[in-house]
Amino acid sequence: MIPRRSFLGGSTVLGGLAALNIGLPPWARSAQANDMSGLTSLSGTDFDLNIARTPFSVDGQRGSAITVNGQVPAPLLRWREGDELTLRVTNYLDEDTSIHWHGILLPYQMDGVPGVTYPGIKPGETFTYHFPIKQAGTYWYHSHSGLQEQAGHYGPLIIEPKGPDPVVYDREYVVVLSDWTFEDPYTIFAKLKKHGDGFNYQKLTLSDFFRDVREKGFRAALDEKMAWDRMRMMRTDILDVTGETYSYLVNGHGPRDNWTALFKPGERVRLRFINTAAMSIFNVRIPGLPMTVVQADGLNVRPVETDEFQIGVAETFDVVVQPMEDRAFTIMSEAMDRSGYGRATLATRPGMEAPIPPLRERPLLTMKDMGMDHGGMDHGGMDHGSMGTQGADHEGMDQGSMNHDEMKPSEMEHMDHGEGAHDHSAPAEPAHDHSSHQSSTNIMEMAAKAQMQSANAPAEKHMDHSQMDHGQMEHGGMDHGAMDGMMDMSVGSMEMEKHNHPGGPGVASEAMMPTNRLGERGLGLENVPHRVLVYTDLASLTPNPDIRPPEREMELHLTSNMERYMWSFDGVKFSEVNGPIIFHEGERLRLTLVNDTMMAHPIHLHGMFFDVVTGGENAHKPRKHTITVKPGEKLSVDITADAVGDWAFHCHLLYHMHAGMMRVVSVRERAGHHNNHNDMKHDHHDHGDHAEVK
Amino acid sequence: MWSALKGTIASVVFLYSGIAFAQHDLSGYDVPGREISPEMEAARNHAHMHHGGENFVYVQGDRLEYGSGDGDPHMLWDAQGWYGGDINKLWVKTEGEILLDDGEVEEAEVQALYSRAILPFFDLQTGVRQDFGPGPDRTYGVIGVQGLSPYLFEVDAAAFVSNKGDVSARIELEYELLLTQRLIAQPRAELSFALQDVPELGVGSGLSSADIGMRLRYEFKREFAPYIGVSWSRAVGDTADFARTAGDNPSAVSFVAGIRFWF
Repeated sequence: MIPRRSFLGGSTVLGGLAALNIGLPPWARSAQANDMSGLTSLSGTDFDLNIARTPFSVDGQRGSAITVNGQVPAPLLRWREGDELTLRVTNYLDEDTSIHWHGILLPYQMDGVPGVTYPGIKPGETFTYHFPIKQAGTYWYHSHSGLQEQAGHYGPLIIEPKGPDPVVYDREYVVVLSDWTFEDPYTIFAKLKKHGDGFNYQKLTLSDFFRDVREKGFRAALDEKMAWDRMRMMRTDILDVTGETYSYLVNGHGPRDNWTALFKPGERVRLRFINTAAMSIFNVRIPGLPMTVVQADGLNVRPVETDEFQIGVAETFDVVVQPMEDRAFTIMSEAMDRSGYGRATLATRPGMEAPIPPLRERPLLTMKDMGMDHGGMDHGGMDHGSMGTQGADHEGMDQGSMNHDEMKPSEMEHMDHGEGAHDHSAPAEPAHDHSSHQSSTNIMEMAAKAQMQSANAPAEKHMDHSQMDHGQMEHGGMDHGAMDGMMDMSVGSMEMEKHNHPGGPGVASEAMMPTNRLGERGLGLENVPHRVLVYTDLASLTPNPDIRPPEREMELHLTSNMERYMWSFDGVKFSEVNGPIIFHEGERLRLTLVNDTMMAHPIHLHGMFFDVVTGGENAHKPRKHTITVKPGEKLSVDITADAVGDWAFHCHLLYHMHAGMMRVVSVRERAGHHNNHNDMKHDHHDHGDHAEVK
Repeated sequence: MWSALKGTIASVVFLYSGIAFAQHDLSGYDVPGREISPEMEAARNHAHMHHGGENFVYVQGDRLEYGSGDGDPHMLWDAQGWYGGDINKLWVKTEGEILLDDGEVEEAEVQALYSRAILPFFDLQTGVRQDFGPGPDRTYGVIGVQGLSPYLFEVDAAAFVSNKGDVSARIELEYELLLTQRLIAQPRAELSFALQDVPELGVGSGLSSADIGMRLRYEFKREFAPYIGVSWSRAVGDTADFARTAGDNPSAVSFVAGIRFWF
């Protein structure tokens, strides 16, 4: 288990790379150049991986990449469950490097995070990873040093199960999605620090305003613009780095290079999608071909058929498709902000192409994404035990103009807030799925009055209902969702989200009423006219290993200030913390994440899977290593702290992590029950707010 | 004058560096019985500093323009830049005007400020300002705020106390109106106030001058945009009288063309 280190004399190991298919591994080469009859990959138990700068080209443009064995993506590693592995990683760069095995359960010293689990790999050094494989599925690996991941240092890995694979397929392909730029990643980061919107060319312009005026009328359009402008929040801030600088790659190929996978009609083709991008969340679909999702983050799930899924950075989804016709299909991976797309082709013969669907209109953030949409409130997340009038002054409310006549009976049901009217234990109520709901201007007006900015006094964080002008609300135009929220407020049954974390310049917004959005489609897919995978569709194929209820709950807020490009947990950047989040060995705990920011964050925990509290069957909660937390969302995951050691915990958007959205989770050995108090003094993240856990 | 300026800049830099580079305590990671090698300790420090603790250099030429109209043709510069992290920055601002007919510096100033983020959208700035120009040179103490106000106005407001004890203030407001993704109209207003008459500088008490302009730029990249525009400046009250006495027109409209850049 002790890493061996050796220094290299020479530096000419990576001479003369072939000019054709430059920098591409054999399995990722397009069908035109490679018959794709089988995946060429590295397999076995003994691996030599060499990290170096190598020429790389995308869609005909040449640049250079940080590569593993000269390739982008890095070679596909094929491992077998139960094997003991030896991987010698040699650094031919002139800077430190590292490899982190994403999603792999291993001793923490082998996890590969410089400054957290080991010192990293110095130039000219070889680090030998040695660990047993205790799992199976689709995973990946990448650098955890600086911004190297953006420069090409990522690759897929597949672990074959020891026993029979429950997924039946005739042919398989790895589909590595990524974002490529010819700019220096550090230049990109510096640019974001100076102008966080510097890559956004899809802002709202005067013509958008005129369109709103035509659709909603001048007053409503102006009110809406003013509400957002007052908060200094940009509705088009979907992804920070966009197609302005990115080419979106599939297995290292740009859209024009068109990576192609071959099939014979009738074959079951398993596609292992891995989002290895630095900053891009993708919407994936294959027009004309339904996809059966069989695995998420490497672990098998009950098969679920869908037409499109959103894949956060670092997530993986395995799907099986069965094309029956002798034709080509486009594998479309559209960036969530619609500023560009990756594209590959599934075809019966090389050179075939299918139409590329046009990019859809870019989504706009709504008040729900700010955690302020009352309509989408999750009743399960409310603490009715402590409800009352605290923080809610209802005296100034004018409900006289509410038009109850227009409410449908189904909506009336939500008005009944008598005790026991709702099942408050369920984390997500399907009946409250308002995913297609658009916030009304009135809600925005109200929210803006409540001041998004982090208030200094705790009391100010409660919304003052007396300021809400309910009299002016046009209830005739309000949809069900907004009305539903109104009812909630009128009986004082809600509890504002508590923010027991530092505010300051790094926290520009706080979600006042975050909602559980696990049952909702990803941003921008709310209204697409076909099936879209949601987290609540996922359930473990086999019962989970630990189904104990959590012993304690911990809440962590995702915080930011886009204007300063500051990203953090609980308002504190990694550079500002002086200790880890402490888990105790063997404990079962519930981690609740509250997204106070305007963006979706793929949050990743190293070393341990977490069980997503979807509200589904307890023993079949989907287990993941990364989960995309939507803006304005509050969700929970249950963790069994069975891996002693230090583990990175971070947002997998590379520049968010680099800006400070990272922590270390330290699973501490239980020496004895009495020692726990010593640890608690470092535990700044445990707010002592041990809400009731079911 | 130079020594005073340099001395103040040096002290601002010193104050700034002391705040920005304090060593960070990472003792919370220590686990009893687990040894930490010096190599690992260095890596741990590095990892922390490089996840949120880095410093950057920013330079912005907001207005670098040629102007011509009622007044004499002139070149104007208005630039600023900073070095620092998220909270603490050393901020330098400079602006001035050169008359092209005789190459005379009409007015020029440099400010060196310590800037601290105090609110999500605002920095508090303190430091010194040095004026250079045809009149007597003055040194000022500066305190101000800069940031983005509700409704998206870029605000830069500061009060100045000169080495002669004169008090003045200035507020600049800019707004951006996106006509398209790259064609952007920028209205701009700058108001100057003085607490007392300063005849040597031609400044009268109260609102002393107003400068209102509209510039239309095209962002080839976000970092680089040429523009055209119009600017109207008006001396007010006693300041206008001082201008008339000096034979200048208290009101002038200029048409301008210039570039805006940042890196």
